[in-house]
Amino acid sequence: MKSDPKGVLTGAHFIDGDHACAEGAIAAGCRFVAGYPITPSTEVVERIADRFPLIGGMFIQMEDEIASSIAIQGAVWGGKKAMTVTSGPGFSLMMEHIGLAAMTEVPCVFVDVQRGGPSTGLPTLPGQGDMMQARWGSHGDYGIIALCPNSPQECFDFTIKAFNLSEQYRVPVLLMMDECVGHMTERVIVPPADQIEIYPRRFYEGPKEEFLLFKPDNDMVPPMVKAGDGYNIHVTGLTHDEKGYPVMTVAAQEKLVHRLIDKIKMNADKIVEYKEDQVEGADVVVVSYGITSRVAIPAIDQARKEGMKVGHLRLIVAWPFPEKRIKELATKIKSFVVPEINYGQMVHEVERHSAGKVRVELVGHGGGAVHNPKDIYNVIKNSVKG
Amino acid sequence: MSRTEIKIGGFGGQGVILSGYIIGRAASIYDDKHSTMIQAFGPEARGSACSSQVIVSPTEIAYPYITAPEIMIVMSQEAYTKFTPELANGGILITEEELVQPHNLRKDIKHFSIPATRFAEELGKKMVLNIVMMGFMTAVTNIVDVEAMRKAVKVSVPKGTEELNLNAFNKGFEYGISQKAKLN
Repeated sequence: MKSDPKGVLTGAHFIDGDHACAEGAIAAGCRFVAGYPITPSTEVVERIADRFPLIGGMFIQMEDEIASSIAIQGAVWGGKKAMTVTSGPGFSLMMEHIGLAAMTEVPCVFVDVQRGGPSTGLPTLPGQGDMMQARWGSHGDYGIIALCPNSPQECFDFTIKAFNLSEQYRVPVLLMMDECVGHMTERVIVPPADQIEIYPRRFYEGPKEEFLLFKPDNDMVPPMVKAGDGYNIHVTGLTHDEKGYPVMTVAAQEKLVHRLIDKIKMNADKIVEYKEDQVEGADVVVVSYGITSRVAIPAIDQARKEGMKVGHLRLIVAWPFPEKRIKELATKIKSFVVPEINYGQMVHEVERHSAGKVRVELVGHGGGAVHNPKDIYNVIKNSVKG
Repeated sequence: MSRTEIKIGGFGGQGVILSGYIIGRAASIYDDKHSTMIQAFGPEARGSACSSQVIVSPTEIAYPYITAPEIMIVMSQEAYTKFTPELANGGILITEEELVQPHNLRKDIKHFSIPATRFAEELGKKMVLNIVMMGFMTAVTNIVDVEAMRKAVKVSVPKGTEELNLNAFNKGFEYGISQKAKLN
């Protein structure tokens, strides 16, 4: 399916990452946004509030993030594509409803423009400290998808991708931006609507009397219906059967929760996405994501100039994590270097999947700025020595 | 041209951010270059020192912040004192002639100045001083094609003020050409 041309601002723009995210949502067909504005994500909802009245969308400034994250799920059951936008403190408040969206398989998008934390931390300055929270923040077990853009162009492209993945797998998708990417202004190309691929909602097409709200297709994802279209709908965060009714048994829990995990895990090869640069034959591979994937480039260039064999693996999809690729590389290289604007989060995944076969070096940063590329270079240099 | 870093400093209300935006827009939309703009983003108040930073490059920009700007435009004394030590060796410093006294001017840089505020007032609106500055900067640095700058000015200013702003740009540009000729 192609994007609805209504609202797609085809052309070249010089806009920041927050605004590009808003345009991506519009191009993806999002017509409902609820949010509680918070720096550094405010410009996303500002633009949405400005643009939505012209294209038939609805934006509600909610009383808080808890309300925002549940309002969007109501809109999805009403047939809309919906998103909420926040930063660290708000992301923490949304955890309960990220779990609800995972449990009740609501396709929706959560945008987290990361800033320095914990707590209110550094509102106007960058951080990447919400990465593990993105994976594990809500209680219980579930699968999740998280994307990491590193430019305003990618904020546009990946917001569309986030909506598409959420519809394909009926899962909340997290767009993990950061303050630097959100407030950075660059050229953003918005293609013509007929060149923007949209994954349509998977509506149930079988006979009404056989309809079961949570009966999965072969790929483990159940098709949806709209509330009010005459189907029996019962949606609950309690453990439920295929009808959606609460069933408090070990067997029901096992069946449901396993599927919530497996629909992402078993499809991981299709979801995982990363970009590699000179990884073949490298001694050291830098694993990076978000803004840090750009900050690492001068460090890598410098090391290469001095003859070091350095590869770069940049995560586009952080969750699910590219475990297979890390496992494979761990048998070929000497070490991984992982720069991130936190004191060690995604580095744990690299360590886990390289399973002690190679050295894994964190280049940590407490937040409030991006790394000085020299700090990344120094760690690369030391790790080449072995 | 390689990667060039530009810093613009002044006080809130002078159009410091818009100036950075116009350079970036001209370079990346109308001049086939790459550009990244970052604005100092903090709890600053109107009237206090503010700055914007822009990078213009023929190739993709990886590291998004400026480290040692080759071009610096300052429109207030405070910005002069605060920012000029950052200017790269051999860099170009552009000051607002009547707002900035270039005390202890560095010897290792090229300095240009323009009474942009006065020119703007003569054109009928003090507010367009930043656009006068943009015209002047375009003439003395050649960082972005002049036609690309004109296009960016036209689409970036409020509707109905295009002509005034283009006049302001041209005024600054012509003055820049004459100052540059003097220097040569």
